Amino acid sequence: MAVQWPASRRLQTSVVAVGLLPALALMTRAIRGTLGANPVEAITHETGEWALRLLLLTLAVTPARRLFSLRRIAPLRRSLGLLTFGYACSHFLAYLVLDHFFDWQAIFEDVLERRYVTVGFLGFLAMVPLALTSTNRMARRLGRHWKMLHRLSYVAAACGVLHFLWLVKADLREPLIYAGVLAVLMGARIWFWRFRKSP
Amino acid sequence: MLIKTATEIPTREITDESLYLKRRKFLMGAASAAGAALLPGIGHGATQDAYRQLPDVRPGPFGTDEQPTSFEDASSYNNFYEFGTGKSDPERRAGSLRTDPWTLKVGGEVGKPGVIGLESLIAPHQLEERVYRMRCVEAWSMVIPWVGIPLGDLLTRFEPTSKAKYVSFQTLFDPSQMPGQRRNVLDWPYVEGLRIDEAMHPLTILAVGMYGRVLPNQNGAPLRLVVPWKYGFKGIKSIVSIRLVEKEPPTSWNLSAPHEYGFYANVNPEVDHPRWSQKRERRIGEFFKRKTLPFNGYAEQVAHLYQDMDLRANY
Repeated sequence: MAVQWPASRRLQTSVVAVGLLPALALMTRAIRGTLGANPVEAITHETGEWALRLLLLTLAVTPARRLFSLRRIAPLRRSLGLLTFGYACSHFLAYLVLDHFFDWQAIFEDVLERRYVTVGFLGFLAMVPLALTSTNRMARRLGRHWKMLHRLSYVAAACGVLHFLWLVKADLREPLIYAGVLAVLMGARIWFWRFRKSP
Repeated sequence: MLIKTATEIPTREITDESLYLKRRKFLMGAASAAGAALLPGIGHGATQDAYRQLPDVRPGPFGTDEQPTSFEDASSYNNFYEFGTGKSDPERRAGSLRTDPWTLKVGGEVGKPGVIGLESLIAPHQLEERVYRMRCVEAWSMVIPWVGIPLGDLLTRFEPTSKAKYVSFQTLFDPSQMPGQRRNVLDWPYVEGLRIDEAMHPLTILAVGMYGRVLPNQNGAPLRLVVPWKYGFKGIKSIVSIRLVEKEPPTSWNLSAPHEYGFYANVNPEVDHPRWSQKRERRIGEFFKRKTLPFNGYAEQVAHLYQDMDLRANY
């Protein structure tokens, strides 16, 4: 009956389940037709914002683990990272299919000419190799290079914040909050690297 | 100049109100069935019945026969930063605006300046319905049956002098009624302007209603500007002051980001916003984007106003 999972596995499963709730809520609203006057925009914005939130949460795992000596939360990096990638893919697909409906000319022009699209696209590209090398086997195979490679997540987060900052019209408050959180998380890394030894 | 008068269709013939109400009823039913009564914020949008019907509205010229946007969408998806920067903020928060009594101050280069109540302002004029396309600078658009009067007719009453080269408009400034003004997202109060020939053009109206009824607060009650060949932000809302002036007046979005928003702001698919394309637009209620037309499809009526101007420089 009750399968006794290791504690870390239970934690991961719960986090993934909670992390899928925004997607579920979005789908419910889409089916009920309560996404408002501009459903395409609502889907694009929601998936994008959740990708950014989850990416920052992913980057919070390591500082939290060190600061509070929570060794068992380390595996959450992968769960949260893959959730981030899921939302980022939905965001990218919403842009390709719902917003532009495969109008490649408009899309290429967008990616090349509009800096917020360029930086968003770069952030997405940076996440692809991270998702592909997220398995234990790939981590083992890449050895110390794996850690180097996965520092691309910092690039992805910076791109995500800039992407948001450059697209708003006048109200910078929300993107600046994300920028602030990212600054704190990167600051924590610098602080650990400068003053503490890696545990 | 050829001014084409399109077929005049009153709203009630275009908007199928009974169908709309049926859908509304169905949605409300579904919402309550889902126990939505426990969730405030769901299904709180008022139907158009909540707004007072305007009497004696005649169909006006220049109407499009395109399908009007639903009242529900037009009154729930708004840019009105005085009530917050989210699209649904104005519907949620504009209840705090008091639109009665309302006075308009008209001054500057006019023979008869004055402060005038809304009723007496409108009374001498015939209310007209104008079904116009509305193109937002953010690349979405709607079709809205406005009710209003030609701005030119109103200005003439105040006898503009020969020095009146521009018209300057101002929105109410009162953070207690307009909570969005408590943050300096823009330099309050919101100001807009038109060249005098643009202001006197028969397409330009001051609207007091839409869909045959008074304007919802979130749409700029009780008095707003509608200039259908320009981007939506030129349509200043909840106007308290109009001044005729000699020099080009400042405009809010131009002050906020001069490289992105010009004084003219004519809809122009050839001149992109620095951060996004203006070639196409999403009509609210439609999935596929459509091509944006020069001057939002009103080129025949207004292109001559700009014939010697470089529209790339005067965006």
